[in-house]
Amino acid sequence: MSGDEEAPPPASNSTGGSAGGSTAARPKREAWSGQTAFILAAVGSAVGLGNIWRFPGEAYDNGGGAFMIPYLIALITAGIPILFLDHALGHRFRGSSPLSLKRAAKGGEAVGWWHVAVCFIIGLYYTVIIAWALSYFFFSFNLAYAEDPAGFFTGTYLQAADPGFSLDFVPGVLWPLAAIWVVTIVVLALGVTKGIEKLNIIAIPLLVVTFTALVARALFLEGAADGLDALFSPDFAALGDPAVWIAAYGQIFFSLSIAYGIMITYASYRKRRSNVTGPGLVVAFSNSSFEMLAGIGVFSTIGFLAAQQGVSVSELEGLTGITLSFITFPAVIAQMPGGAIFGALFFGSLLLAGMTSLVSVLQVVLSAIQEKFNLNVRRTALWICIPMAIVSLVGFGTTTGLYLLDTLDQWSNQLGIVAGAFLMVVVVMWFGRRGEELARHLSAVSTMKVGRVWLVVTSLVAVLLMYMFVDKVITLVSEGYEGYPTWYLGVFGWGTLAFIVVAALVMPTIKWARGTDDFVAWPTREQLGLSSPPDHDTTPAKETR
Amino acid sequence: MSTGAIILMVVTLAVVWGGLIASILFLRAKPERDDMPTGGDDEPLPDPNAR
Repeated sequence: MSGDEEAPPPASNSTGGSAGGSTAARPKREAWSGQTAFILAAVGSAVGLGNIWRFPGEAYDNGGGAFMIPYLIALITAGIPILFLDHALGHRFRGSSPLSLKRAAKGGEAVGWWHVAVCFIIGLYYTVIIAWALSYFFFSFNLAYAEDPAGFFTGTYLQAADPGFSLDFVPGVLWPLAAIWVVTIVVLALGVTKGIEKLNIIAIPLLVVTFTALVARALFLEGAADGLDALFSPDFAALGDPAVWIAAYGQIFFSLSIAYGIMITYASYRKRRSNVTGPGLVVAFSNSSFEMLAGIGVFSTIGFLAAQQGVSVSELEGLTGITLSFITFPAVIAQMPGGAIFGALFFGSLLLAGMTSLVSVLQVVLSAIQEKFNLNVRRTALWICIPMAIVSLVGFGTTTGLYLLDTLDQWSNQLGIVAGAFLMVVVVMWFGRRGEELARHLSAVSTMKVGRVWLVVTSLVAVLLMYMFVDKVITLVSEGYEGYPTWYLGVFGWGTLAFIVVAALVMPTIKWARGTDDFVAWPTREQLGLSSPPDHDTTPAKETR
Repeated sequence: MSTGAIILMVVTLAVVWGGLIASILFLRAKPERDDMPTGGDDEPLPDPNAR
């Protein structure tokens, strides 16, 4: 084995002054090199494709400027509280999602594996979108997509066949996809400090510079003001529509990378003696700040397209998601002076934002497997990611990859993530009664304290999430999805959900390769002023597995 | 741009970007607590000889 990824951190870390000198010579758990590194990595995870292509369209479709009101309320009442819950769980219980949640509450391990299974699925297809962005980054230099953006994307580039499953590989997709997997595996095999941290330290500042340059250019395009007017003009009547509020909570929720294991995992690599809520606030506001920047950039650009076509913004279609990025934007770029540079900036931004999110999604899987089976970082990265890469190449490097991606995304996000989130709150806060302990943990180590309000809103968010889940299940059962064949949705849609359920039920039955008898939560319950354990069947401060 | 759109844009950006600046300044002013409970040494790996 190679133990270099587990080397002791520098002596100057924030744990200085703490007890436990007898174990000083032993290798320590992987850790971020400092607070800034953690913030950059967490921002890298939160800021992803959804910020760029989902937020602007969601805002526009749901009341424009008026959407900002539920959006900000959702940020304060759900986004930040759940982010704090994730950070508290990872920081206090020091492990991957299954391990942290196992230590936190009965039944928690199953929820943790639910998170892992969701991230496994997302990792398979998220890579593909990044591969497309890589291709389009290079296509921008000669504006290969300019003549017929829609035909180029689905025809020339993806060579999309009818919905179904084929093994007709498309080399133009296959090679970039393989390249993204190779880079990803290298980053993950290097470990948290040398791989993920380094990637984010380079990519996040670069992303900010790149995207700011893009927005600055977009603001000076003809029609930019009309685009911004369309985005921010308030339709206050929309505030009476519950669907708009659900959309706002959904946007905050999906955009912040919360409640599906990522932030638990990332927070577990922080030193114990470290501020949790202060950096959490920076992460949450960074994510929303980038989202606003994206809204301005995207709608300024869309305003330009409307002006070029002599129509109003409301008459345009394809203002969100894959269509926005790979069809609408190329159409704009084709008509723009200096379009090649703009295109390279846009697809370069997608590439950077995507990569930093992808590694966080995959780290949820790797950390869980690593801890469960007592493997080292490098070996886990290779053993897990190479088979994943093969599945990804076979599933998405073909003429039917687009449909598979669309289906897996719908089921893993709208059902998988949402259910994983409310299950976590229910298991930890409702039944596990860890809320008070986690609140006191956050307050004991952080510069910003949390109290009863945090406890109440975090616990109540689960109700909203359950509603979102049930509502989506009913819609998918009754209406299907995108007109895809029923058998197809059964196999790849509901099959995805079945895979997640089976993983959550089966994985906890497998024995952990090594015990955790020596785990002691810190600060101890006594230090937090708590005496009795929250669950009389488990020992809270000293858990065993 | 309409007045309503400008107001909504300015207020939203003030809250979100202002929130970011405030949270960064808050963190810079006090990165860590200096009165944490005792203990909290980072734990060793239970088994340094992972395969």
